[in-house]
Amino acid sequence: MKVIFLPVATHRVSNGQMKLFLSEGNPHCLKALAALQVTGVQCGVHYVNHEERVVPFLSRPAVPALLLPSGLHLFSPNAICRYFFEVNGQESSELCNQWLEWEATDLQPALLQGLYLAVLQGKGSEVSNLLQGHLNVLEQSLSKGGTPYITGDAVSVADVVLWAALYPVLSDSLKSWFDRVAAMHSCQSAAQKVLQGKGLQGMKSYMQRQPVPQSSQSRDAQPCNSNPAEGEESERFVSEEEMEAATLTWSQGLSADSQPLERKHPILPQEGKRNILMTSALPYVNNVPHLGNIIGCVLSADVFSRYGRLRGWNMLFVCGTDEYGTATENKAREEGLTPQQICDKYHAVHSSIYKWFQIDFDFFGRTTTEKQTEIAQDIFWRLHKRGFLLEDTVEQLRCENCQRFLADRFVEGVCPHCRYPEARGDQCDKCGRLINAVDLREPQCKVCRQTPVIRSSKHLFLDLPKLETQLEQWLEKSTSSGDWTANAKQITRSWLRDGLKPRCITRDLKWGTPVPHPDFKEKVFYVWFDAPIGYLSITANYTDQWDKWWKNPHQVELYHFMAKDNVPFHSVVFPCSLLGTQDNYTLVNHLIATEYLNYEDTKFSKSRGVGVFGDMAKDTGIPSDVWRFYLLYVRPEGQDSAFSWADMALKNNSELLNNLGNFINRAGMFVTKFFEGCVPVMELQQEDKRLLALVGWELQQYIQLMDKVKIRDALKHILNISRHGNQYIQVNEPWKKIKEGDAERRRAGTVTGVSVNIACLLSVMMLPYMPEVSQTIRDQLNAPQSCIGTMLQGSGAFVCSLNAGHRIGAVSPLFQKLEADQIEALKKRFGGQQKTAGSQPAAAVPEPTAAAEVAPLNAADPEKAKQLTQAVADQGDKVRALKAQKADKAVITAEVAKLLDLKKQLALAEGKSPEPAPQKGKKK
Amino acid sequence: MALRELASLEKYLGLKKPNKYSTQGDKKVPVLQNNNGPPLVGQVTIACHLVKEAKRAELLGDGAEGRAVVQQWLEYKVTKLDCCCKEDIKTILKDLNLYLQDKVYLAGNQFTVADTLMYYGIHPLIVDLAIQEKEQYVNVTRWFDHIQHYPGVRHHLPPVVVLRNRIYTGRLH
Repeated sequence: MKVIFLPVATHRVSNGQMKLFLSEGNPHCLKALAALQVTGVQCGVHYVNHEERVVPFLSRPAVPALLLPSGLHLFSPNAICRYFFEVNGQESSELCNQWLEWEATDLQPALLQGLYLAVLQGKGSEVSNLLQGHLNVLEQSLSKGGTPYITGDAVSVADVVLWAALYPVLSDSLKSWFDRVAAMHSCQSAAQKVLQGKGLQGMKSYMQRQPVPQSSQSRDAQPCNSNPAEGEESERFVSEEEMEAATLTWSQGLSADSQPLERKHPILPQEGKRNILMTSALPYVNNVPHLGNIIGCVLSADVFSRYGRLRGWNMLFVCGTDEYGTATENKAREEGLTPQQICDKYHAVHSSIYKWFQIDFDFFGRTTTEKQTEIAQDIFWRLHKRGFLLEDTVEQLRCENCQRFLADRFVEGVCPHCRYPEARGDQCDKCGRLINAVDLREPQCKVCRQTPVIRSSKHLFLDLPKLETQLEQWLEKSTSSGDWTANAKQITRSWLRDGLKPRCITRDLKWGTPVPHPDFKEKVFYVWFDAPIGYLSITANYTDQWDKWWKNPHQVELYHFMAKDNVPFHSVVFPCSLLGTQDNYTLVNHLIATEYLNYEDTKFSKSRGVGVFGDMAKDTGIPSDVWRFYLLYVRPEGQDSAFSWADMALKNNSELLNNLGNFINRAGMFVTKFFEGCVPVMELQQEDKRLLALVGWELQQYIQLMDKVKIRDALKHILNISRHGNQYIQVNEPWKKIKEGDAERRRAGTVTGVSVNIACLLSVMMLPYMPEVSQTIRDQLNAPQSCIGTMLQGSGAFVCSLNAGHRIGAVSPLFQKLEADQIEALKKRFGGQQKTAGSQPAAAVPEPTAAAEVAPLNAADPEKAKQLTQAVADQGDKVRALKAQKADKAVITAEVAKLLDLKKQLALAEGKSPEPAPQKGKKK
Repeated sequence: MALRELASLEKYLGLKKPNKYSTQGDKKVPVLQNNNGPPLVGQVTIACHLVKEAKRAELLGDGAEGRAVVQQWLEYKVTKLDCCCKEDIKTILKDLNLYLQDKVYLAGNQFTVADTLMYYGIHPLIVDLAIQEKEQYVNVTRWFDHIQHYPGVRHHLPPVVVLRNRIYTGRLH
């Protein structure tokens, strides 16, 4: 018997109106909204919470959801998109369906895992690896089809769905297609609405509500849309023509006239050259830079400047320490020195750190110079004469006891909004609201705890609103013609969108560039106005002809490197200062901003001793080049990334040692062992030509990416080349063939010769990243200097630079393994003080534990501090001695623990808080 | 699994010449070699292709809305049912039960290819249900029973007894 239940006619009330339900920060909603806007279908849009149950029959919240005119609900984002397209008369083709299915079944599980890693675990750097297979599938299909869009010449639902799915994570691999879709206004505005311009972080609250993805099921990144035959390996297809072209290039050999440029100081712009002026954000003098600071500005800039020189561009790279400001004054007070002495002391610290990291500045200056005063005052007067400065009276807190006006960070009091007793002068940590220091209740000077008084003081303001139109016109031009990172454009846009306000450029301080105006003679320039002028004055200290760089926008391209928190000062405020002078200054053409680098899964914190700081990196015994490599490998390019010891060891051992180092070393060893140190004759066969083409392609990618300052992405192509090389050696087994007949011996010769030439190419490509290792390789191979100039010309030329008969030098391994216990010890050492709280006190100091326990906060004990300082120094010597003797690891670890404990007690005795204190990352 | 389901679908559609399939990847995604173009990959894509080949477009749904609903359930089948873990089963059945409360078929009043594939996908779940559980999800079992008796659908799957005839149950014991 069959029972048929008739449907109950209960069409839910919907008045035939369609409604689309979205939630902010939910990546799936981007698909639906983009499709809606692209198709222009009429439909109401409602924003709901992540938790809201829109679809009555689903027990888990499902957004986006579309309520159809019939009262039915669609809860699959792809089905919603298809529907919009179909209503608009674009039925989806079979190919389209296939991509939608691939997206739902293959891409989504991997994406979900990737977003989980990036958004919740701060491991954004792993995402690209995770998705590589999928991106390859898409890329191959696009390049094979040769069409602008995935399924043909017009935008289809597949484009919108895949674009939106990849929007939060996309790297450059699919750039032209991605940009094409993104260029549609409807897509852009959908992204803005759904993700609020907050990038990955905007998705946090959504991601937190998702079940933890299972890594096993999505690990499998099988390309689903390629032919099954090709499916197994994502090897690039190489055509006959490509092979022939690569062979032709190879046979051209080194060109004699491409000797690398000798650097002759002073470097000045030259007619007919690409003249590039580079700055990296000026590090604040009294902070020892941590790894995040280093990768964010100086290291990234260094890589690019080395690369630019290889390309034959005329580069000038300047930087220096930013030395004026309250923080310096305060540090001087703390250490009992004058501000100038503090600056001298720390400027030297900075210099030596950058020297160790091989940051090859053309000039590393400082802001406390005559030239700074001269140029800053000139800019000031020009702005003043042209009416871009406003006067206003400001109420400020002044501590009569300390005899100074208090900067926001030196006031504390009760929050006027939530009554939190320890609100800072600029913001309340509890309720998060911004505060005007004068509004604080019961304000206290943080230095002496006296109550400050309110004083009014006259100040000058830069009239940004008056410059806004001019700024916007210039920005439009600069951002469209230059390479601005996405975050730089976006941060700038959001500043402009909120409207510019006049900004105060003067401060009641002593340590600064004096304001030359007689009405303001007790005042100095505020650091944000003053510091960027440092770029000019530092250049002026380098050469008297500094204006050939800085007042020469027609000949010079200006690159600024920085972390994202510095963007507005370089894209809005500093350009406004310069535009207002009407003095034909060179303005930024390319603004390169990184995201943040985290330490393990937390933030770097000097006060907590968490993380690796510039001066400590060399104490780890890990070579500078390896540090550079790893920092560049995890460069927060496009999204935040994290430094992790375990990962560093892994990358060192897998990429540097087993991949890159292994290949270069093998190639050299074969020449030495089998061919008496002379490069053998090479008779190229199909397989060799195919390899030349593959390597040539990777080289081209490298150059394309580096030209756009995609430093981390370009590094992957270096590693790809050595992977190809290792595979090539593995397949051809020259060590076996050398023992066989004549033909086999010749084959072994060809394979060895090609490999050692690839090694030579790699050394050139590595130069910007690992200058020392790069030089070592060329020394070992006895490579001609001209190879440096030849290979990176134009779109890249992989030529035979070590001809048959060339004699190489002595070959030795390039990298060393990082052992697990070594890394574990380092991880502990830099993991912060809190972990050592339970360790043994050192015998040298009486009752230190008790002292530590009872010492109240801020109760400085100079006597004890003195004893402890000595004890710390002694213990430090002891540890160094033990390390030098290569003593037992357990012994060293115990002594290090003691040292850390002593340091903690010292901090207590000095009246500093041993508790983790949130550190303010902003420098200006 | 997916290949057997496609073969059953072919039989239901009455396609004369059975197609040759291969699979790719660890997940054994079905691939259909196509004489008129590039190979088709993925069960949903292939299923829709077969329906069109058999000139049974009505099975893909009626109107834009119907077609969207059918596609949604096809996607649901391959994303949710095919790799569901134990914890998900209850939710899936509960949701479907609520959904089917006022429907004969997944797309409303009309039988579509979504019913076929969803039936194939949910079969292993239903097989494992105890009789009491089947009663708990009465709308699902009713729909399931209906589809498994729909002419020409069942093919490779064994029939499942889903309904107890209430008249003869021992309610009064």
